[in-house]
Parts: sequence; structure tokens; C-alpha cells
Amino acid sequence: MTTLETRLRRDRGRKLLMPYLTGGVTPDWTDHLRAIADAGADAIEVGIPFSDPTLDGVTIQEASDAALARGASTDGVLADLSRNRIEVPVVVSTYANLALRRGADRFCRALAEAGVQGLIVPDLPLEEAGATSAAARAANVDLALLASPATPPLRLREIAERSRGFVYAVSLMGTTGERRQLAASAAALARRLRGVTDRPVFLGFGISTPAQAAVAARDADGVIVGAALMRRLLDGADPASTAGFVRSLRRALDGVPARTSADAGG
Amino acid sequence: MEALALRDPSAAPVAGRFGRHGGRFVPEPLIAACEEVEAAFTEAWADAGFRSDLAWLLSRYAGRPTPLTPALRLSAELGVTVLLKREDLTHTGSHKINNVLGQALLARRMGKRRLIAETGAGMHGVATATAGALLGLPVTVFMGERDIERQAHNVFRMRLLGAQVVPVRSGSRTLKDATSEAMRHWVSATEDAYYCVGSVIGPHPYPWLVRELQAVIGQEARHQCAEQLSAGTPDQVVACVGGGSNAAGTFAGFVETPARLVGVEAAGGAGAALGEVGVLHGFQSLFLQDEQGQIREAHSVAAGLDYPGVGPEHAHLRDLGRAEYVTATDQEALAAAVRLARAEGIVPAIESAHALAWVVRAAGTTDLPTGSSVLVTLSGRGDKDIATLMAYLGDEEAR
Repeated sequence: MTTLETRLRRDRGRKLLMPYLTGGVTPDWTDHLRAIADAGADAIEVGIPFSDPTLDGVTIQEASDAALARGASTDGVLADLSRNRIEVPVVVSTYANLALRRGADRFCRALAEAGVQGLIVPDLPLEEAGATSAAARAANVDLALLASPATPPLRLREIAERSRGFVYAVSLMGTTGERRQLAASAAALARRLRGVTDRPVFLGFGISTPAQAAVAARDADGVIVGAALMRRLLDGADPASTAGFVRSLRRALDGVPARTSADAGG
Repeated sequence: MEALALRDPSAAPVAGRFGRHGGRFVPEPLIAACEEVEAAFTEAWADAGFRSDLAWLLSRYAGRPTPLTPALRLSAELGVTVLLKREDLTHTGSHKINNVLGQALLARRMGKRRLIAETGAGMHGVATATAGALLGLPVTVFMGERDIERQAHNVFRMRLLGAQVVPVRSGSRTLKDATSEAMRHWVSATEDAYYCVGSVIGPHPYPWLVRELQAVIGQEARHQCAEQLSAGTPDQVVACVGGGSNAAGTFAGFVETPARLVGVEAAGGAGAALGEVGVLHGFQSLFLQDEQGQIREAHSVAAGLDYPGVGPEHAHLRDLGRAEYVTATDQEALAAAVRLARAEGIVPAIESAHALAWVVRAAGTTDLPTGSSVLVTLSGRGDKDIATLMAYLGDEEAR
């Protein structure tokens, strides 16, 4: 069992929380990282910014642009992570071009050396993930795959089988970003996924408030919250404020009864 | 298997690959939509009824076949036989109409209710707006803010045709960012919208699908060359390359002949000539990028060539050594446009003028020896570029 699988267990007795942070977005981004880790996160998704984030809405585009304008790069973000080891697992997310630029093997080894335990590459679907998946396994990094409301049943099963660490359930047909309401497609997808895998199912995309997180966690094992946190950070929130937001998500999730492994298939 | 595309140009690439390039690098929410387009086009392309509907539109509506015009005075000046494939004479003024009529028919056949498109110079946007008007499908076009400023004429044409033009303010505010924004919109609208991709780029099946729809350029030109040239085929076949759709369509007619194939890119947007292997907009190919993998911005006076990458089939043809990719500068292209206007009475799009610029530079050298013959695809007309040409001639004449 990999470290991520040990830490992100469905039967951990509470709903899981994975906040997202764009690497290098501000000079003090690692202060936010530590503050969020201490505020009740079970893992943190750290985005390595890419020039052309085609699956991201305006907030994370803005965060990526801000980070790149500050000179953020793959090497820089990984060096920052290496210097700022935190207690909770770090899952890096980025786009295929950055992962493949110097070869998937080198990229995954660099992640492992920086203490990163998981990887998300949204534009590497099942058919294109083979080489990166093997490289990640060799480096002891878990490559988590995405499932979407449009994914048909057989494909969903294959994604769940080949995903490592957890399965990323994209709650809606759209880009990242805050939404007024949790998409109706979220619950159905989380339930479908839980029916085909024992790995934890994280719902992400559009989960913007503690109340939405609590609703999402009724059907999923955990939630990923990105744009809502990054909006605060871009608006000038200090590490204490971002941590405060994460704590409010934690409290909302802790109000949701966690299922035991006995009914994990439900 | 590597040379499959060469042996049977109409065959779909294996799993969307052109050698090591191509593929389907899209987020999971778009996989089903790509598969739907692939299945629908595979079926439609094998259906004589669909082919005949498209052929009818291409001839009665778009003005095909387009002529192959011998450029007599330019040929005499350069010492080589120059033949121009006149895509500038199609309805809407560029080769883009070949592609959009096919895709709009496909969208209707699939039961989609509207079209979305990206555009750089605006020619693909205008063509899509036109096809949408013709077939009763509402059109949304994503266009970089910088391109909106320099192609105001085409922006108005799209609106005149009833299309909605959405300004894209991210990144370089050109074709690259318009393409990203169209993909973002598509994710949220796959049920009712058809994404009408404008070039031989994007996830499988688009590079293949668009090449097939543009192959009419090369097929016509090959027959016309057989009639007009004593040798039957030209020594060289030249076309400009942004994403590379007019070149892919032209090359498709000559890939099995001995003709040398030359793609001419903008010096500031030379994905095939200067790019390195990467993944963007759903496909693997050659892209301008830094050592970390951040995509570089392209810079060209021709908005239609302002793209940092190139279609995967071109990257494959370069790998195979079957086609060569060279560059022309803004100044060379502008000078070539004026030269063609004054020698032949034809004002080409500045994009197409890049292909001519290379011919002008190469004529009489070992690259294009005196006495040889060269087919040049004039992908579009220069009406949209009048303001740019006015500024250029103003500068030139002031010297």
C-alpha cells in the first residue's frame, strides 16, 4: 500500500478534505500550504501552473497567470515543496505538457524527491496515461485518474481500477470554478464510483462552500476545494484567513456521518 | 504502420496517431464527445448520401472546383512555372469553407443544435457563421481580443451573419487562447453543441476529419496539374502552415507523387520548423515552448498563422522527411502580397503570401531551380488584410 493509500482511507472515520493551492501563486504560498495542512486537510493538491490551463475556469487561470508572472516553474514549485515538508500528503496536479516535457520518468522521480505522493494530470485520459502511470508507479507516486458524469459504466470501472490513491470525480460537465449550487450530476457520479471501487472517491469542481462540501460528502468519501480557496487568496487573504476557510470546510464535513468500510460499496 | 497515412490517405489514423503524434489528450469529460464525433464522421464519410450532399454544397454554394491559375507574369519574372490553386475564389474567401460545410452537415446529422468555433484571422469564424446561417444552426465564435482589434472587418462579417463573437482576454489574446476557451466552453455544452474545429489540430478525430474535408484542394489540384503541366505533376507543392489545414488538404493530393512538399510557417509561429514535442489542445505534436514546458506565444502579422504549434500530421510528415517546413518573415510575406497584386492582379491573404514569399526567395536557387514547376495554394484572399497592407505600403512609400 502506498503512503497515499494509507492516509486517504475510506474507513478513516471521517470525510476527507483536499484543498487545492496553485504553487507559487504568491511569495508566501508555502505559508498558506502549512496553514491549510494544520487546519484539517487530509491531503493538499498543489497545482504546477501551466500557460494554457484548458480545464480551468477564470479563478485558477488567474492564479496560474499570477504564479507564472512571478516566475513559477516546475523546478521552483518542487524546490519549495522540498524545503517545506508538511505532515499531510501532497498531490501535484498539472497539465500533460509539463509532465511529459522532460519525460514522465524524470518528472515522477522529481515529484518523489520533493516528497510528493500523488499526481493528477487532467489531460491524460485512460488511453494516454499508460507511460505516465508506469513512471509514477516506479517512483512510488500515485497517479489518480478522473471520472466524469459522461463516463459510461465499463469505462468508469476501468478508470477506477487503474486509478491509484483515490479517484477524482469531476462533479459536473464544465471547468473548475465556484458555482452557486452543487451540480445534480455530482451525487450520481460519486455513487456510481463507490459502487465499483474501494478506493476513496473525491468530488471536485464547483464545490464552493462548507454547506456544498457537506452535501457532496454525503455521497463521496471526500471533497476537493480549489477555486473558492484561490479566490480568497487572490483577493488578499493571509494564511490565517485561508486556514480559517479550510477549518470551516472541516467542520462542515465532520457533521456528515462517515460510513464504515462495511457499507463502502453503497 | 508508420506510413499508413501515406499509403491510404483516406484511412483514419490508428487510435488517432500520425506516427508518434496526434492522440486524444483531453480531460475525461470530453472523451465521450470526441468518440461521438469520431463515430458520426466515420459513418458519414462512408455514406454516399452524405458525400453527395457535401459535393452539392461545395459546387452550388461554395464555388468549387476552384481554378488552377498559371501566374504567367510572376513565372516569367522568377524563371519558374508558378501555378496558383485559387481557394481565394471560394465563397467567404478562403479554404475554410470546405471544412465547415462538411462539419456543419455532420453536426446536423448528429442532431446538434448549435456550432461553436475558435478563430484567429476570422476566416474560420466567418466560414462557420456562414455555414450556420445556411443550415439554420446558431454559431458562437471565440476570438482573441488582439485578433478582434486587427481583424475588425471579419468580426463585423460574423455578426452580420448572425453569429455571436466572444472576446477572449486570457494569455496572448490570439488563436491559441481562443482555442483554449472554445474547449472550455465545449466541456459545458457537449450535449447540444458541435465544436467545429478550424484546422488540422485538436484531439482525434479532428486532425484526420479536417484533413479529409480539405483534401478536395489537393485532389482537384492534382487533376488540374495533370491537364496543365506536361510532366503531369509539379516539381514542388507549397502551402502556408498555421495549424496547417490548407497545407494538409493540398499535400493529401500529392503525398503519393514525387513532388517535394513544402510548408511555409510564419517566422514568429514556426511550430513545425522550430518547435519541440509537446501536448496542447488535445494532441501531441511540435510546439514552441520553453525548457520547462510553458507554451510560448507566437507572433505574426498574419493572425491565421499566429499559432505556436502545428497539426500532428505535419509533425509526422516532418519526422518521415516527406515534407519540409520553412519560414517566411512578416516583411517577406507583405512584400510577396504586393508583388502578386501587381504582377497578377490577385491580392492574397497575408497568410497565403507566406507561401509565395518562400517561392520568391527560393526561385533560381537549388531549393527551387530555374525551369522547375511549383504549385502554390492561395488559401485566401486579402480583403481582410487591406488595413495591414495600407499601413505597410504607407511605410514603404514613405522611404
